[in-house]
Amino acid sequence: MSNPDPHDAAAKAQQRWAKAEPGAEPLKPKPASAGRRQAAPSTTADGLYEKHQKVHNQRIDGPFRRFKWLVMIVTLTIYYVTPWIRWDRGPYAPDQAVLVDLANRRFYMFGIEIWPHEFYFVAGLLIMAGIGLFLVTSAVGRAWCGYACPQTVWTDVFQHVDRLFDGDRNARIRLDRAPWGPSKIARRLAKWAVYMLIAFATGGAWILYFADAPTLFRDFFALEAAPVAYATVAILTATTFTLGGFMREQVCIYMCPWPRIQAAMLDEKSLIVTYKDWRGEKRGSLKKAQKNPGEYGDCIDCMKCVAVCPTGIDIREGQQIGCITCALCIDACDKVMAEIGRPRGLIDYATLEDCEREAAGGPTRPAWKALIRPRTFIYLGVWSAIGLAMLFALGVRNHTDLTVSPDRNPPFMPLSDGSVRNAYTLKLRNMESRPRQMEIRLEGLPGGVMWTDTIPQGDAARSHVLDVAPDLTRTVRAYVSAPSGVSEQNFSFVLTSQDEQAEQDSSETLFNAPGGN
Amino acid sequence: MANDPNTQKRVDEPTGTEFVGHEWDGIEELNTPLPRWWLWTFYATIAWALAYTVAYPAWPMLSQATEGLIGWTSRGQLMDEMSAADAARQTTKEQLAAVDIVKWQDNPELMQKAVAGGAAAFKVNCVQCHGSGAAGSAGYPNLNDDDWLWGGDLEAIEFTIQHGVRWDGSRQSRFSLMPGFDGIFSDAEVNAIVGHVLSFTDAGQSSERGAELYANNCLACHGPAGGGDRMQGAPALNDAIWLYGNQPGDVRAQILNPRHGVMPGWKDRLDPVTIKMLAAYVHSLGGGEVLPVAEEAEAATVGGDEQP
Repeated sequence: MSNPDPHDAAAKAQQRWAKAEPGAEPLKPKPASAGRRQAAPSTTADGLYEKHQKVHNQRIDGPFRRFKWLVMIVTLTIYYVTPWIRWDRGPYAPDQAVLVDLANRRFYMFGIEIWPHEFYFVAGLLIMAGIGLFLVTSAVGRAWCGYACPQTVWTDVFQHVDRLFDGDRNARIRLDRAPWGPSKIARRLAKWAVYMLIAFATGGAWILYFADAPTLFRDFFALEAAPVAYATVAILTATTFTLGGFMREQVCIYMCPWPRIQAAMLDEKSLIVTYKDWRGEKRGSLKKAQKNPGEYGDCIDCMKCVAVCPTGIDIREGQQIGCITCALCIDACDKVMAEIGRPRGLIDYATLEDCEREAAGGPTRPAWKALIRPRTFIYLGVWSAIGLAMLFALGVRNHTDLTVSPDRNPPFMPLSDGSVRNAYTLKLRNMESRPRQMEIRLEGLPGGVMWTDTIPQGDAARSHVLDVAPDLTRTVRAYVSAPSGVSEQNFSFVLTSQDEQAEQDSSETLFNAPGGN
Repeated sequence: MANDPNTQKRVDEPTGTEFVGHEWDGIEELNTPLPRWWLWTFYATIAWALAYTVAYPAWPMLSQATEGLIGWTSRGQLMDEMSAADAARQTTKEQLAAVDIVKWQDNPELMQKAVAGGAAAFKVNCVQCHGSGAAGSAGYPNLNDDDWLWGGDLEAIEFTIQHGVRWDGSRQSRFSLMPGFDGIFSDAEVNAIVGHVLSFTDAGQSSERGAELYANNCLACHGPAGGGDRMQGAPALNDAIWLYGNQPGDVRAQILNPRHGVMPGWKDRLDPVTIKMLAAYVHSLGGGEVLPVAEEAEAATVGGDEQP
């Protein structure tokens, strides 16, 4: 990270500001409180703490804003529609496509069903999500922050609610400063009511992932749902209302660890949103620039980039933790450049390396070329490898399983005819959504026979066929006896499903006998 | 801490932030302000902590801590949880009370609950003599095996638990009394009997004298081939299971000075449902016998003790 330029720019800008505006001009924005806040002498009086300066971002249109709309629509659609998608799994399993069934300890995702013992698949997904973020960060910087993070999406929604109720930036600032009166109170209550509705819809949709959505939806409003459903909705409604409605960029700047982690992962080859100070400086109004051609840069100091910023920062101060790289300032600046007849891209996606080259008079490189570098491909490779390995593992996994645990107290039992009996707890797992018959057979242990808690001793044999209900583990208590004089030895239970798959599993265990230890 | 903050008001050039005035080896602290809401959050946690320690037992006093305004105690919470657990089991207990133990075998789900309840009760009331695995020890019957002194079906086990063995507290208690033969038989006679008894399991040498003595003194209770008699609680002598040991010396000692174990009856100490559950548990240990009347019903039973 070797880029002194934005710092210099900021320092210059600051010196200039200090001269130009000693007083508080009404609509002049104060860049919000990222680390690089301007220290205006008048506000340092209260020293250690700082009032939350509300961000009133201006409406803007442009390619990046439209992309942001698209991402918002896609992510919100996924969030709200997913629980309602049905997926036929036959009569013995739920028909919800995505369901985290905590009560029955099953995780359904379309054609995939995960049992608790296969939680490593979820761990794998989390690892993929982590490496996916590395990948995205190395390629396009903090794109997650700027477009897809729920905090960003919901803040965007809430900011549009603000705009709907109170008008655009200037109107909102005026209303904020206006004294409280009936009309302001009414407006605020109405706006907060809408906040609350959105927050409730957010928390309400979350629980639908954990139970059958249509049933839960009906039960919820009939006041018949589980208390934990109401508690979850209440908590998520409260957090959405607070974090989306009021905390907004404060979450990114002060609460979220991710900006710090991402900042550490960015390097001079990462795409970031950046102000090309060598082109913009020295700033001056259009009039001044026209009066003194050659003395001023392209930046006309219109403050549009600050006005549209959802986190209230000044991108011209360089990379900073408050910048979520949503690129709305690019939209704003491009518009202004078009109006004053200058080339677009005074603020643009670029790598710091590109910036240095351009500043030194080198050619401009298209932003997409920043994606092609070893780091990006290595992340992509690792990410894909984990994904493929998991898909492979999912494809070949066994849908039956046998575990055997021998009784340890007592380890063996002499019977009246002198034979020796051992008892075992068998778990027969059927991961298919249909009832199956499974044969359980003894391998080894000459003369040994087996009966169970449901098969009487009179029917003892070397093998039995048992019914296992769909999508369940059946616990069977098995008794194995061997003739008098048997010695301690290993043997195996072998499980074979009685269907065309003929899936097999076996488990070796110990037959205890007198004198064994 | 070289600088006095009052005399110096310097600003860090790159960030535009004022210095606090603290310096350590050239590293200076900037006055980056904390957001005000963070401070309020901090105050809120203090207020919460104060309210919490007033509402709950917390402040140490001379003899004990303050009791807290809402009267919470960990013991009280335990009692609540215990009674909640009891209430949760109530339906099952009512079901078990309503259905006769003979019918339990037809209802695997009920049987499973009964066995689980019995296992818990066994750990509290029975392990002291019968051992935690119910395998007993010399003089304390093993409940896992297939040898029963008084019968191994559900009803017989339930009756034994209710009334005990040789127990003064119940007139219906199982009662058997093997007479002692000390001073009646000579050494040689006792050895002959021991030989005959052990010959049932091919562990000893029978003799004419031994067979005759056995027929005259033992056969009435233990049967001609040592098969025992459950009506009288006379143990079988022709199997591999010996309550007091299978060595010639053990058998000899039991003929001369027989020991008579006592098991208390539980009908006055445990409720009927618990006793039934205990019977179900003991029956489930591996040696349980099918009730004669329920034999046909048993054949029709389909197992189903799946769990997720």
